[in-house]
This record gives sequence, structure tokens and C-alpha cells, in this order.
Amino acid sequence: MNTHLLSAPFTRSDLQIRSIMLTVVVAMMPATALGIFIFGWPALFLFLVTVLSALWFEGACLKLAGKPAQATLADGSALVTGWLIALTLPPWAPWWIGVVGSFIGIVVGKQVFGGLGQNLFNPAMLARVALLVSFPLEMTTWINTAPVFSAAAPSFETGWAITFGGRLPADGVTGATLLGWIKTELSQGRKLNESLVSGDFSLFKSLLGWTRGSLGETSALLLAGGGGWLLRKKVITWHIPLSMLATVALLASIFTLADGERYPSPLFHLSSGSLMLAAFFIATDYVTSPNSLAGQLIFGAGCGLIVFVIRTWGGYPEGVGFAVLLMNSLTPVIDHYVRPRIYGRDRKGRPLELPEGRE
Amino acid sequence: MYILFAAISLAALGLGLGFLLGAASRYLKVEDNPLIDEIERMMPGSQCGQCNFPGCRPAAEALVAGEAPPTLCPPGGKALAEQLANKLSIELDLSGINDQVPLVARVDEADCIGCARCIKLCPTDALVGAPKMIHVVVADACIACAKCVEVCPTECLRMHPVKTTLRSWRWPKPETALAGA
Amino acid sequence: MALFDIQALWTGGNNRIRGGVHPEPRKEATADRPIDLGFPLPPMLYLGLQQHVGQPAEPVVNVGDHVLKGQLLAASQGMISAPIHAPTSGVVVDIMDYPSAHPSALPTPSLLLEPDGEEHWIDRPEKTDPFSLSPEEISVRVGAAGVVGLGGAAFPSAVKLNLGRRTKIHTLLINGGECEPYLTCDDRLMRERAKDAVDGILIMLHGLGCQQAIVGIEDNKPEAYEAMRSAAADSGQGRVEIALVPSLYPMGWDKQLIGYLTGKEVPADGRATDVGVLMHNVGTAYAVQQAIRYGKPLISRIVTVSGGAVGAPRNIEAPIGAPLANLLAHCDYRPEDTVRYVMGGPMMGDALPHPNVPLVKGACGILALTREEVSASDAKSCIRCSRCVTACPVGLLPLEMMTRIRAGQLEAALGYGLKDCISCGSCSYVCPSEIPLVHYFKYANGELLSRDQANHKAEQTKRLAEERQARMARHKAEAAAAAAQRKAAGKPKPKLTEEAA
Repeated sequence: MNTHLLSAPFTRSDLQIRSIMLTVVVAMMPATALGIFIFGWPALFLFLVTVLSALWFEGACLKLAGKPAQATLADGSALVTGWLIALTLPPWAPWWIGVVGSFIGIVVGKQVFGGLGQNLFNPAMLARVALLVSFPLEMTTWINTAPVFSAAAPSFETGWAITFGGRLPADGVTGATLLGWIKTELSQGRKLNESLVSGDFSLFKSLLGWTRGSLGETSALLLAGGGGWLLRKKVITWHIPLSMLATVALLASIFTLADGERYPSPLFHLSSGSLMLAAFFIATDYVTSPNSLAGQLIFGAGCGLIVFVIRTWGGYPEGVGFAVLLMNSLTPVIDHYVRPRIYGRDRKGRPLELPEGRE
Repeated sequence: MYILFAAISLAALGLGLGFLLGAASRYLKVEDNPLIDEIERMMPGSQCGQCNFPGCRPAAEALVAGEAPPTLCPPGGKALAEQLANKLSIELDLSGINDQVPLVARVDEADCIGCARCIKLCPTDALVGAPKMIHVVVADACIACAKCVEVCPTECLRMHPVKTTLRSWRWPKPETALAGA
Repeated sequence: MALFDIQALWTGGNNRIRGGVHPEPRKEATADRPIDLGFPLPPMLYLGLQQHVGQPAEPVVNVGDHVLKGQLLAASQGMISAPIHAPTSGVVVDIMDYPSAHPSALPTPSLLLEPDGEEHWIDRPEKTDPFSLSPEEISVRVGAAGVVGLGGAAFPSAVKLNLGRRTKIHTLLINGGECEPYLTCDDRLMRERAKDAVDGILIMLHGLGCQQAIVGIEDNKPEAYEAMRSAAADSGQGRVEIALVPSLYPMGWDKQLIGYLTGKEVPADGRATDVGVLMHNVGTAYAVQQAIRYGKPLISRIVTVSGGAVGAPRNIEAPIGAPLANLLAHCDYRPEDTVRYVMGGPMMGDALPHPNVPLVKGACGILALTREEVSASDAKSCIRCSRCVTACPVGLLPLEMMTRIRAGQLEAALGYGLKDCISCGSCSYVCPSEIPLVHYFKYANGELLSRDQANHKAEQTKRLAEERQARMARHKAEAAAAAAQRKAAGKPKPKLTEEAA
């Protein structure tokens, strides 16, 4: 008999960290599978390198810190972080990008702060932004879609050489993402409609994911489906995704109506870049998002606002990484000021007034 | 030329400000450190001497001078240690410190000869009795400084741990050896 | 709406309820079995003198006295207290310290009664018409019968009735929620003794000078609802309304029920009477009826004995003071499978180190839980998922409070609402990292209380030390003045007498 003095409750729900993490992994699988399918062997190699190095770094840090490595690795949080980092990398990036990204994400972004639950910034976004700023060439080399069984797809050996040898094949395989294309075209004064045509924009392909982009972020549909799965399993609440997507859509609508020649439509925004991935999988990260539901609404809206601002007027074509990091830094402030109202007290914490007529 | 002017002006500035600082340190000097008064007010004030200083004020002075740790006061316990650490902005890891078991003095009536030496010594008047009569400890007022125990000629005074009752029982801190980071 | 706030709005559902969890009810084993009235008297009854909030009762009998069933054994002391009566006839064997029904099992003054098997009642009136008594008299008799809150709080009911009458409440609320898993004692009471319960409610209304009562019953108890509804229709005089409330833990939290049934919110430093309502458990209403109509003091209660290690779980009408081990043995429990003994429910009950403690007035359930049911493993790090925030019915931030308490910053934890925590356990229930949140809060509240007491003692010490020094200085001054006088008058020094310093 356990004589250790414990307090009630003596029963609890079945919820475990591991089950939450595994649900997230399942939700990410469709988009990952599509990404690997349309980008081929190098994408698979990069994905594996990133995830495995994330797990390795986590284990090494835990051992250094003297904490039980096995048990913590088994809870799946490093797996999810590594997986997310992999999804945000350019699909044919060299292997060391994946390793450095995992290092920054796991070691600098999580373990250095004290491990699970202690970090201020989203580890995956920290990794991506650090890589983008440090290695702009590798991080902005976008590959044409080359599905696995098509003629353009690299073979196993070529793929190996691409990922581990760092040798991209001859010209003709790279190009800009839609967001990047639109930004450069608009800055050169061309109209939006022409740019969309010359950039081969098709809403259907964007939604499905058959475009250039990061390994796992192209398919808005599959990511939204995964997000819906997370909502159904109650792993995330709808507050952050809805507020983030709605803010972007609202701002895009306003500006499109104001000047349709310069500002893309809401659907364009929602289906391009990593907005869907961020809305459901990244901004909803427990550790770095606010505690209260009202706070989460503010957080999501702030992310959406910054994403739109950077995409429209900023220097980078995609602003999701920066938006999430900036809002992460505001999470403690949001948590401090936006709290649930305690029963029996007003918003300032003072006891409620007694109703009239009572002593 | 310019370098010469720059050097002269900066040197003059330095000398001028240094002179002002020196004047301030002489004419605006604070006589006594008010921190010592504040710290002394936080102490129990019973001058029991368990901290190995001759009273609460010398202990406060040692604290401010950094010669004694904030955990120096047994009657104040962990609560006082935390308050002192906060006041002096000292990092303190209190998790390893356990409050010593609270003690209380008790007179063994069989051996008490009524000499009243303990009564004269008790800093909080927790000992009551008349000469040649058996003395008794008022448990509420006893601060467990043990001065009475030292002076009793028949060793009838002893320190006993205070028994935990249902009223004084408290939940222990959960021992969560967190599995993993 | 009083409980309206953004969080409630956006969580959807009823905005009069906040948070809460849905633990497995686990009531099937005991809900459909009638109350067992055949529990044999144990060889000894252990009656703690403090089974209620307030001052302990003082014995009015001596060791060796023979007492009758229902006889007063210990009288209440002071404004908030309750008496203890003999659950059966027998001999008072001892008045001593005996282990209490508490997680520490520390000894508490108890009266040991050895039943003689006769079950000989004291003289009491056959039947009294409660409505011929004045409201004040009702309170007096309820107090004299030792009735306390049988929902678990064990607050003296007479004091509550007096308060309700003085503040002229407009609605009496009866708590038939019973939201804790395993427990079905109120369910069975309402199914089998609905008429008596409604009678008790009417008596309470009379004692309060109030006109209407609402009984809240969780919707997982349709039979109880039906029984109470028809009893109220027959004899409730139109003043007793039976309402269904959603099955949620902790629906039985009085403030949650008040909010749901009346839409009112009790201020943080106030009581239910401040919003014009008073709440009593349905078991208490039944006890009031037994006390007033039949003159029976509170000497037994219905208790649910259940848990995975219990072979034949059921509700038992058991005498107060019966050892829990006897009750469990009566239900075929297996000590070798029991990992935890719990008095109460699994969400808020007390873990007992062993079952050799007596049944007290406030015990609704006795559970012998197996390892599978308890499922306690080591806590992991907090992942800040904030499920605890969503689950908390009071609107606190358990994860923030816990982090502060772990770091020893108790004052900071207070800022997040530590004092308002009702220890319902919803947060711990839902935490994926299995962190014992409620344990932290109980520890912190206890630690703050200890520090307050230590501060008090420190101030007292200072005062005593200063007074002593002032006294010594005064004596010194007086002695010097006297010596100076003598010198001036040329008198010799008197013999030294022993002065108390």
C-alpha cells in the first residue's frame, strides 16, 4: 500500500502528454506525406535527418542535465518539435540545415530554458527564423514540384547526393514561391493580376499543395484537415486558429476591396505560405501561447495582423515565423492582464458588491 | 588641435563630476544605515542569542554587513529567512532547509526546588512561580531559547518537541521528483 | 447575467456553469441496491467529540455510565458547536484520545461506547407536529439533535437555520447533486425516503420563515428526480420545486448550484445568505425531519461503501462511530487489493492511512480503491496546456499558482487566487502531466497559516520582551530612588530581600 501522503483527487482522466503528442503527429502526417510525395527522395532524407537529430539532441541535453532521458523522450515532445522544424524547411535543403535547425530548436529554443514547459519562444519558429537569417540562400531555394514517380523526380542516388552532398542538379528545378513572386513583381510595379498569371497561380493547386514551398506547408487543405482532427480530439481549442485566420482574411478582404490591383485576395493569403501550418500547429503550441481563452483570441489576432503586415509591406515574403515569435514575446504580458474573472470577484479582484437590501 | 580640446574638456568634466561626488559623499552622508533598523524590526526581538550574536540588533548589523546568512534566526524559522533574503536581495534556496522541530520548555515538577533562577532569566516571562514553589512554563510565550535549561541547578527543565495535534497538522509539500524536463 | 464573462461565453454551453470535468460516475455498483439496514452493531463505537465545524463537544457522562440510545453524551460548547448522542444503548467504556478519521489519523478526544445489543431508546415523544412549533424552536431542536451538514462540511445546521431566518432569505436550496463518483447515498435517500425528505424541507422552510425551496438533482439520477417530484407534488404544498441540473463535477459545489438555479453570484467575502439563499444537503433535510417529527437525534447516516476492492458495494445506514474496517468487512472488501482508503469521494475525499478509524457525521462515502482505479504515477513537467484553467470552476490559474508555490513564492500565488480555491480537484483531474495541483494548494494554504501564526508569535514575543525590559528598568529606577531617599534621610540600608527580577 502506498503510504505516501497524497491529497485528493485520487482519480484522473486518461489524458497523458504522450497521447496529446501522438495525436499531433497523426494530424501532421497527411501534409507530410504529400510533401514527401511531391518533392521526392531528398525531402524524405531531410525529414528523417531533422527528426532524428532533434531526438538525439534532446536525449543528449537530458543526459547532460542528469534527467531521465528515456522517459522524457517517450513523451513525444521532441518528436513533434523536430517534425515541425522539418516541415518548415525547404525540401531539398542540405542535411546540415536540418541538423542545425534541430540544434537551435531543441537545445537553444527549449532545453536551455529548462526543458519542456519552460521556453518563451516557439522552438520550431526560432529554428526557422535563425536559419533564414543565417543561411538565406539555402533557406530560400524553392524547388519545383517533382512527384516521386514523374520524370523530373530525382532518383534515390540523386536524392542522396542532393541532401547529403549539397549538390543541387542543374538549373530548371528551382523557382520562387507564390508569395515571393508576387512581392517581387509588385515591387517592380506590375499589376497583381498579371503577376498571378505569370506566376502560374491556381487556387486549386494552392489549396491542394501542388506548389513550391516548404516541405510540409504547401497543402492548406490537408493542414486544415489535420487541424480539424486536433480540434475534434480537443488537443487544441478553436480560439487561436480562428482568430489568426479570420484576422488575415478580414484584413485581406478590406485591402482587396480597397485596391484589387495591389492586394491579393483572402483566399490567396489563406492558401499560400505557412499560414495554415502556423494557425493549427505552431501558434497553438501550449507552452508559448496564453493560458486563458480570451488571451488566446488576442494572441491569434496579433499573429494574423503581423503576418499580414509583413506579407504586404515587409521585407520578407512570408511573415509567419516572425509573427509567431513576436506574439510569443507578448504572451506573458497577455497572461498577466487577461485572466479569467474569479468567481465572486470583479475583474480587478475585489469582492463583488453585496446586492441591495441585504445586510 | 581638436584632440587636445577633446582631451582637456573630458578631463575637466571628469574632475568636476568627481569633485561633486566627493562633496556629496562627505556632506550628504547617511549616518546610520536605515536598513539595520528595518531588519531589526523584523526580528523576534527576544534577544535570545540563538544566532550567536549578543542580541537582535547586532544580528541585524551582521546581516547588513553580509557577515551572517539570512537563515541565522532559529525562532524566526523559514518564514523569517525568506523575508530577510527578500529584503537584502539575497538568493536563497530554502527548499533544503527544514524548520527545526518546534520546541517548548517543560518543568519536571518532581525535581523543581523553586530557586527561581530560571524566572529571572526568561526573556519573555514565560516562566511563572514563586520562590520555594514549583515553577511552570507558559507554553504560548516560550520561544525555546533554552536559557532556563542551562541555568537550572537540578536539570528539571528540558526542551521537548511540540506535539502535532489535529489543529496544528499541515499538508507537507508534494515531493514531485519531476520525471524528465 | 452575473456569471457572464468572456471565457464563459466563448467556451460555449451554459454560461451559468464554468469549468468542471466529467469523471466516470462509477455509481452503477451501488445506485440500484436498496439501503442496507442490517449492518450489525460493532463491538465498540468510537465517538469523536469533534465531528463538526466549531468547538468540540464536552462530555456530560462519565466512564462506566450506562446510556440509552439517543441519549446526550456530549454537549455543544459555544455559538458554533454540536452535541453528540449515543447511537445505541450501552456502557461508556472510556473517554480517551483515539485516531481520527483524517489523513494524519492523529488522535482526537473520543468517547468509547460498548453496545449492549438492546437498542434501548431514551424516552421521546411518539410524534410531534413540526408546524405547531415556532421557527426559533425548530432551530433549537435541530441544534439539540446534533444535526450537522451531511453533505460533508459538517457545519452545525441550527446555526445556518438561524442565519437564514435572521437574514430573511427568499429561497431554500436543497443540494441533491452528488457529483462525486462512486457516491450514491443521496440518490438512494431520495429514491427511498423522498416523502420524509420533502417533509424535512417543509420543516426547514417553516424554521426559516421562507416560502419556497428548490431541490437540484443531477440529471444522471432520473429515478431520484421522479421520486422527489411525485413526493413534492403530493405533499410539497406547492412550495417545493424539483429541478434537474446538468451532470458535471463539481455541480454540487454550492456556489455553482446557486448560480445555476437562481442565476446569482455570491460575493467573494460573503455568504449565500447575502444573495438571499441558503443551501442544505438533502440528507440534512432528512435528518432535520427525523429530529423534529420523531425526536431522533443524529445517530446514524447513510454512507456509500464502494471501490474496486469491495466485493459487495452498497449503501449502509450505519451508526456514527462504527469503525470503517467493520463497514468495509460487511461489504466483503479485500485489504490486499486496496491501495488507498478514502473517506468521501475520490475527487475531494481524505485518504486514510488505515481503516481503523470511526465513521463520522460528515462521511458520505468509504472507498477501498485498487491500483487501477487510483492510477498515480510520477508527476512530469507542466506543459502549460492550460487545461486546468479551463477546468477550474472558480476561474483561477492553477498552473501559475503551482509554479509559484514550487518556487516558494507563496505571496505571488495568493495573487492568482489561492485563497479562493475550493480544492475541488478538477485541475488535478485533467492535468496531462499528473501534477498534484490540489496538494500544492493545500500545502500552500497551510504554510501561509503557519506563517501567520509564526508572525503572531513573533509580535507577541517582542511585546513580552519589551514589557519585561520596561518592568526591569522601572524596578531599577524605583530602587535607585528609594536608596537616594534613604541616604538623604540618613537611614541604614534595609536587608536585601529576594526580588523577582
